[in-house]
Amino acid sequence: MWAYLVRRLMYALPILMGVNLLTFALFFVVNTPDDMARMQLGVKRVTPEAIERWKVERGYDKPLFFNEGAEGGGKLTETVFFDKSLRMFVFDFGAADDGRDIAREIQQRMGPSLAIALPTFVLGLFVTVSFALMLVFFRATPLDFWGVVVCVAMMSISSLFYIIGGQWLISKVWHLVPISGYGGGLDAPRFLALPVMLGVIGGIGSSTRWYRTIFLEEISRDYVRTARAKGVSELTVLFGHVLKNAMIPILTGVVVVIPLLFMGSLIIESFFGIPGLGSYTIDAIQAQDFAVVRAMVFIGSVLYIVGLILTDLSYTLVDPRVRFE
Amino acid sequence: MIGHGFETVVLWTDACFFLLLAAFVVGGMHAWRRPHLRRSWARVGERPAGMAAMVVLLVFLLIGILDSLHFRAALPPAAGQTETIYATEVTSVLDVVMHSQRTDVERTYSAPLATHAFVKETVELPDGGQRRDFPRLVHGGAHLEDATQDHTGDIVSHLVLGAAVGVGLSLLAAAGLSVFNGGVKRFVRGEAQLAWRSAWLTWSVVAVVAGMLVSLAQGYHVFGTDKVGQDVFYLTLKSVRTALMIGTLTTLVTLPLAIALGILAGYFGGWVDDVIQYLYTVLNSIPGVLLIAAAVLMMQVFIGNHPEWFATAAERSDARLLALCFILGVTSWTGLCRLLRGETLKLRELEYVQAARAFGVPTVRILLRHVLPNLMHIVIIALVMDFSGLVLAEAVLSYVGIGVDPNMASFGTLINAARMELARDPMVWWSLAAAFVFMFVLVLAANLLADVVRDAFDPRGG
Repeated sequence: MWAYLVRRLMYALPILMGVNLLTFALFFVVNTPDDMARMQLGVKRVTPEAIERWKVERGYDKPLFFNEGAEGGGKLTETVFFDKSLRMFVFDFGAADDGRDIAREIQQRMGPSLAIALPTFVLGLFVTVSFALMLVFFRATPLDFWGVVVCVAMMSISSLFYIIGGQWLISKVWHLVPISGYGGGLDAPRFLALPVMLGVIGGIGSSTRWYRTIFLEEISRDYVRTARAKGVSELTVLFGHVLKNAMIPILTGVVVVIPLLFMGSLIIESFFGIPGLGSYTIDAIQAQDFAVVRAMVFIGSVLYIVGLILTDLSYTLVDPRVRFE
Repeated sequence: MIGHGFETVVLWTDACFFLLLAAFVVGGMHAWRRPHLRRSWARVGERPAGMAAMVVLLVFLLIGILDSLHFRAALPPAAGQTETIYATEVTSVLDVVMHSQRTDVERTYSAPLATHAFVKETVELPDGGQRRDFPRLVHGGAHLEDATQDHTGDIVSHLVLGAAVGVGLSLLAAAGLSVFNGGVKRFVRGEAQLAWRSAWLTWSVVAVVAGMLVSLAQGYHVFGTDKVGQDVFYLTLKSVRTALMIGTLTTLVTLPLAIALGILAGYFGGWVDDVIQYLYTVLNSIPGVLLIAAAVLMMQVFIGNHPEWFATAAERSDARLLALCFILGVTSWTGLCRLLRGETLKLRELEYVQAARAFGVPTVRILLRHVLPNLMHIVIIALVMDFSGLVLAEAVLSYVGIGVDPNMASFGTLINAARMELARDPMVWWSLAAAFVFMFVLVLAANLLADVVRDAFDPRGG
């Protein structure tokens, strides 16, 4: 298994290199650092000195790929590409535009992000899988039909509506929980209840339908008919046979997002004023803080690749036929 | 407003949109000639949900088309002037149709159908004194003599008139369909192959609602006005075009990339497959929103640094919309590409492809004649399914600040602007409600159509 893991990690390297090159091209080749400086400092009436100062402060004054002026290895290392792009491989992200260290900021904000994302994920999975199993249990009845209708309607509603509507109804009209904010310790559930609930509700429509389709495909297999012929009760068929065999497609869709939970949810965090990575990203985007956006892109792809590896590992847990080779 | 002539303007998005519509029509004609494709589409039409969704989408499409015919009106000639000068502002046919809604601007917020403003202002009394009161709106209900007494009655009479027009349109459609279906009885019993009754019912609902809205819009701001006093009904209808553009133009980028790369990877295998798989794994591994954010930020810098490229504000926001579609397309072709690659892998091993290869049919011909047509069902399903997701994504992206130009009417900008006012008491809810309801209807119709299309085209039989 370790040999397999190492090999998978080796495969990940070229992909991360690709991500790195792509973001570098996006941020430094499409627009030169001069363009960005002009944009940040206001397009009109910018002195060349101001641009130069902006670039020096952020370390954008070096050549992009090859430094003629430097000596020896410095020709390659004293470049924007080395400083801003390659350093990310050792998780050295540098400083944001406001001077704060990005890596430290990320460490601090991971906690609140997880506090929202993890309960949302677990609860959401539980609710949608149970709902889908229920629909499958009552398949081809009016309950199933209307369940699907509700799902389609729910997935046609904008996620912004759930958040705005929930905040309005629960916090503003009923005064059940604070409208936004975040507190640690025992205070946390009060702030987390509403965002977690809305996150779960927002995902019900599409996820339930997706699981229902998987279960329906599984339930028409021969082994299910055999089980029924043996006199196995319908509930045992559902949980013991259908759910178990549907695990592979479910894991394919689910495991890959687990590492990404660290990134938090952009919209929910920003609406509820939770100091997590999602709101950090949104603030960075709105303030056009390119260093932070670059760092988040890199972290996001690292986590995605970790998720892919975890997915493959998880298959061995549910399907004895899958082996590492 | 166009009394002095006009000059047509074709914005880039207009050109792409009409190109896409033309492609759609050509594709439709092609499908009409092929019995098996015709059967698939007929299966879509046999389902009541499919017909209903298509009617709703066609109405939205009509609004979008009206709003995509752009021109610049000529200014009234000054004395001694020989050549005509055109206004810098680009207007659309929809703007002309809704001329009064566009120009009847209040000072600030007003509730739907209100006659008085939403916030108190200092009003001058006839005797020279001053009082804090809700002032009468300049346009909303301006035709009423006594705004408090006649208000309800006037609204009811507008509603009745509008509903009557709607019912008339519905009866007209019923008559037309009866002739088309070969008799009233056949139409009422639904004996025709396609679900015309469902289409007619949907049309009736749409006609009555639209009739009432239009009738009310003659004297009031049906959905109220926003912060700067613009009519929300007008803004909502303008948003439809943006949503349609995002939902459809993105496919102009997605389809060529996904089809070409998916077929190449699946058919040739080897290093071609490796390169293409590498490409989409890299793109896939970046979280979608972040990639879009990065690209849009860079695009903003680019547009901001080249103001000389765009003659009018409309052209600039149009360029931004097109760029957004492009970016969304570049980031979202990977899923379809993977599906097509997998299907091509299966197809290339089938007997008829093997036979064609053994006969020495050129590869390009095999791909175009034998592989591509057998992938089209996947493409069509993916096309319809992506549409609703894109419409919903636009609102979120605008909220994050990486959507369309803030000056362009879209569901996202409407929601974003209204969000700030939620804390106000009493609440300003109408822009939000209008945007959400229109978006819901559009996305619901698209989702229903997607389901029906998937059932009809999926060879596994859904």
